[in-house]
Amino acid sequence: MEKAAFYILSFVIIVSSLFMITRKNPVHSVLWMLLTFFSVAGIFIQLNAEFIAATQVIVYAGAILVLYLFVVMLLNPKTHGFAKIPYRYGMTILVVIVFVLQIFMAASMSKVLGIKGVITSEKMAEIGNVKLFGAELFNTYIVPFEIASILLLVAMIGAIVLALRK
Amino acid sequence: MLLEHYLILSAVVFGIGMTGVLIQRNLILIFMSLELMLNAVNINLAAYSKYLSQISGQVFIIFIMSVAAAEAAVGLALIVSLYRNKQTINSDEFKILKW
Repeated sequence: MEKAAFYILSFVIIVSSLFMITRKNPVHSVLWMLLTFFSVAGIFIQLNAEFIAATQVIVYAGAILVLYLFVVMLLNPKTHGFAKIPYRYGMTILVVIVFVLQIFMAASMSKVLGIKGVITSEKMAEIGNVKLFGAELFNTYIVPFEIASILLLVAMIGAIVLALRK
Repeated sequence: MLLEHYLILSAVVFGIGMTGVLIQRNLILIFMSLELMLNAVNINLAAYSKYLSQISGQVFIIFIMSVAAAEAAVGLALIVSLYRNKQTINSDEFKILKW
């Protein structure tokens, strides 16, 4: 059951992301990206990260994607096709080589290094993902959390300043 | 499921995102491919977080998401102001900062 869910989700992720980068119409690309994000949320649920899955749906599929859709519809919706560069085939081969090497490295060299923590799947099922996550975020990572909020404030001001019509 | 399965999935999605950044000419689609690469990184962090029995990885996913949201807002504002100046979002047209 778990295996079947994983394979179905990965198939949907890979196919929809391939469709996303090859569509001519940017609106279609955005909609394929929505499917990718929902499937990634499914993968997060498989990995005991329910809160992250909910955040993925709310933030990525809800906020970021609507922002992209607004800009796509606001600007010129016609596409510009793919890069027409003379060394395109060389670049394609390079990308494919890097890509295959990545997969082989991930498959062969992956070891679970580092210190094993105490939050096993059983403990996660007992206490609950959100409770453990909140305790970790607000006890250990409180300063990075504040910095992230300042980052969002700076990004908001920057976006307003950049998009303001003079 | 083994850790390798998730790592391979993440590598494939990252490669697709990288290919999209390299072959697209529409600036919005280039930004969308960047988001795809960030998502691949998130899958990696969640997988290691599970298989190391720690929850720090999930906290870092939240930080990556906030960085992605900030990047999307600033990037799209830049695209809108570029479009106002040049009336296009084709990345080949923007050569003023090339070298």
